[in-house]
Amino acid sequence: MTQEKSPEWPLWEVFIRGQHGASHRHVGSLHAPDAEIAIKNARDVYTRRKEGVSIWVVPTTAIAASNPDMKGPLYDPSDSKPYRHPTFFDIPKDVGAM
Amino acid sequence: MSEALFEYLLRLGDNSLILGHRLSEWCGKAPILEEDIAISNVALDFIGQTQLWLGLAGEIEGAGRSADDLAMLRDAWDFRNILLVEQPNGNFGDTLMRQYLFDAWHVLLLQGLVESSNDRISAIAQKIVKEVQYHIERSRDLVIRLGDGTPESHDKMQSALDRFWPYVGEMFIVDTVEQHLIDDGIIPDTSALRGAFDAEIAATFDAATLTLPNSSFAHQGGKSGTRHSEHLGHLLTQMQWLQRAYPGATW
Repeated sequence: MTQEKSPEWPLWEVFIRGQHGASHRHVGSLHAPDAEIAIKNARDVYTRRKEGVSIWVVPTTAIAASNPDMKGPLYDPSDSKPYRHPTFFDIPKDVGAM
Repeated sequence: MSEALFEYLLRLGDNSLILGHRLSEWCGKAPILEEDIAISNVALDFIGQTQLWLGLAGEIEGAGRSADDLAMLRDAWDFRNILLVEQPNGNFGDTLMRQYLFDAWHVLLLQGLVESSNDRISAIAQKIVKEVQYHIERSRDLVIRLGDGTPESHDKMQSALDRFWPYVGEMFIVDTVEQHLIDDGIIPDTSALRGAFDAEIAATFDAATLTLPNSSFAHQGGKSGTRHSEHLGHLLTQMQWLQRAYPGATW
């Protein structure tokens, strides 16, 4: 069962869908030997106060992240482009929250 | 009749109380943070169950004793928990094995109590059975993973099973107290749960590569209160000291 000889259990990222929320949100991380136990641990660590109705866990190593050093080139160019925000449209009240 | 019911409710409440206290002894020092939180959650589930069962026991007794009185002001010989739950925690594998053997019986018992002819008991069982279904999911998973883990974890789980196996039989013994209640449809026939229990543990231990000891010897005397092990007194000394030292203290 063990591929790598590490005494530490692998790290998992935990996503929980709240009672009324539509999408799963990242809530934190934890250690577990496998996915099934990770879900059980997430249940005990993150849903003790009725925070959610559904749990996802993802091995932390499976997450690819953008490079923090590239913050400037990646995000600054959108600073001066307010026309990309849909604030110039009147949204009818009946539509509700978007 | 109400005497038998009181006696039986003590058994239910004391099982939860003593096992809950045992699990709480891990709080802050379980082998890994996630397990520490999980086992403390389970301990709290059991203390919650205790309040319901001992609360009802006090009502049935009608002598004005509350759940707290029953928990904190009785001595060892008045406790009615099975011997299994008062056994010391041992290593973490021991604790998980003790838990799994208890859970496998507990979930069947509660499913039976849901059908009780007594509305109060049925209502409490309906609330508790959900917690207990989760408990066994958890303890079963961990027993399988540690049994079928490294040679060291396998050996520890096998010796845990060998250690606790002689305490399994007491759970299925039907004495006169229970026979009265079975006849009245208040509780399920505990001895009839053995088949389902054996099937449950056989599948788990097969997956865990653990061998069931070839013995049906059973220690007895916990739920009758006649022969508790020395460990119960030590546990009560720690659990009850505050009420003993400062009678009536509240917070």
